[in-house]
Amino acid sequence: MPSVMGLFKSADTAADAADRLQASGFGPADYEVLTGAPYPEGAFGEDSGQHRLFIFPLGGAMIGFAVGLMVTAGTQLSYPLITAGKPILGIPPMFIIMYEGTMLGALIFTIMGVIFESRLPNLTNDLYDSRITEGYVGLVVRCEDDAQAATAETTLTDAGAEEVKQQGRS
Amino acid sequence: MHERPRLTPIQINRDLMRSVVETPMVFYVLLLLLMGLVGLGVVAATLLVTYGLGVTGLNHPVFWGFFIINFVFWVGISHAGTMISAILRLTSAEWRRPVVRAAEVMTVFSLMTAALFVVLHTGRPWRTLYWAFPYDFVRGIWPDVRSPLVWDPSAIFTYLTGSILFVYAALIPDLALARDQTTGWRRTVYGVLCLGWRGNARQWKLLNATGLLLSALILPVFVSVHSIVSWDFGMSLVPGWHVHIFAPYFVVGAVLSGVAAVIALMAVMRSLFRLHDYIRPEHFDMIGRLLIVVALAWAYFYFLDFVFALISKEEAEYQVMKLRLSPPYLYLFLLMVVCNVFLPVPIWMFRRFRRNIPIMIFTAVVVNIGMWLERFLIIIPTLQRRHPDAFAWGDYSASLVEIALVIFSFANVALLLLLFSKIFPVIPIWEEKEGHIWKREFRIGKLRLPAIVRE
Repeated sequence: MPSVMGLFKSADTAADAADRLQASGFGPADYEVLTGAPYPEGAFGEDSGQHRLFIFPLGGAMIGFAVGLMVTAGTQLSYPLITAGKPILGIPPMFIIMYEGTMLGALIFTIMGVIFESRLPNLTNDLYDSRITEGYVGLVVRCEDDAQAATAETTLTDAGAEEVKQQGRS
Repeated sequence: MHERPRLTPIQINRDLMRSVVETPMVFYVLLLLLMGLVGLGVVAATLLVTYGLGVTGLNHPVFWGFFIINFVFWVGISHAGTMISAILRLTSAEWRRPVVRAAEVMTVFSLMTAALFVVLHTGRPWRTLYWAFPYDFVRGIWPDVRSPLVWDPSAIFTYLTGSILFVYAALIPDLALARDQTTGWRRTVYGVLCLGWRGNARQWKLLNATGLLLSALILPVFVSVHSIVSWDFGMSLVPGWHVHIFAPYFVVGAVLSGVAAVIALMAVMRSLFRLHDYIRPEHFDMIGRLLIVVALAWAYFYFLDFVFALISKEEAEYQVMKLRLSPPYLYLFLLMVVCNVFLPVPIWMFRRFRRNIPIMIFTAVVVNIGMWLERFLIIIPTLQRRHPDAFAWGDYSASLVEIALVIFSFANVALLLLLFSKIFPVIPIWEEKEGHIWKREFRIGKLRLPAIVRE
């Protein structure tokens, strides 16, 4: 599928270009906005989609808790040596290690979640420009066909794009 | 932040990437100096491993010496990252932006150094792992989970892993920037490390959510780590250590030393990498205000520790306290109290001093001397009076090997921080730019007031 990217020097021009794209028949999900810093959500009328990041730490916490339980109870039961008359399965000390396991699982899965939900690692050769990290705003429009790509190109140029790049057009 | 000058994204990139792309002569000088000190530590560690704990000053009944003091000290320093980063992030404190990464990275390196000292303390590093981690399946030897000395590694491992992930998550956009700003093999390495980050709206949204999630998750770990370190002492029946207030007292002490260390780090970064537009007097001002509260909280807990010992009239506990307040420990005690409270707190009370960077560095160094002494006074005099029988009392003086390894620890953390600053930006560039996006100016009458807009 062809895609077209317009590079804009300011956020205001990019937001204006996004409005023009929508007026030309493109939906909020048809374009993505590339910036070098986070802008408030919806600043360009884009659709960043739903995510399920908050489920990941919950899953990780459950796995971490289970591993913590296995490590503490499993090791003590596999070699039940009574020390100082204390119970083999002492809940307070087991709780400490299970707690650390729970938190560790939640932390690791949060990172896995953000990587997964951000669609990283991104191995595709999508349109990009290094000027985005210098303050430019990139509007990448995913088009159905060459005709739509031509419309996107015209819209972005008319909206004041400094440069328009294309990919996948025949 | 209100005094933030207007800077373009290109200026911000140039200023904050300077440490990565330029290498001033002072960098090499520092590198050589620190490598020399680290080398000294390697020699000392080699002697320790070759000849055993006999090369230290440890002897009956004082079997915990400089290594454990240093372990507690560096775990304490590691609390700076979470305190600064997580709490300030959750409370949306705008002044956090230039400070968070350095504090987080210091957490990682100081934790690594702390863990190293426990391993060295055993005298048999190659035998240490199966005491803490259940991996010896063949012989069926498992750690005793009822021992606080096993809780420690689990807490430190969790905190270290969490801190590394915390640093990495916030580093991804800056790695993408480094990819865009460099060429050749460095571009390839940064490209791989940033996982192909492009900076679309979804990625930013998730990154911000992750920052909040990780902050919320790491805070309970932060509290647990130094609590568990305190239980290494508190769970024993040793008079002077078996004190229920130890956990909060240790956590507050850790925050005090850690945040003070951040001041010194900020000052060095500001001067070394010419970051005057980013790390400004107002940042020192804010940290100074925070430290007044923390130092007074520490003083309160320390006072309570004494009160409990004196009120309970438990003879053994009373004797330990008496020893701490008798020469020569009395002088160390007085120095500690002066360093931690009576000298820095009055200084931090004044805005003029809080915004004076050399004075703030002085207070940071003084507080850390005080906090190191505090750990010394908790460990050494207590062990000297561990047994009620006077024939079992003993003394401790650190050997040259132990002193060399203490010097090594400081050089090691500094060296790792210096190397980090050469490879990665020390100030989160994207966060700095985000701050500029939200910055506005309001006019009230004849005044133009800088302000930060928030969602």
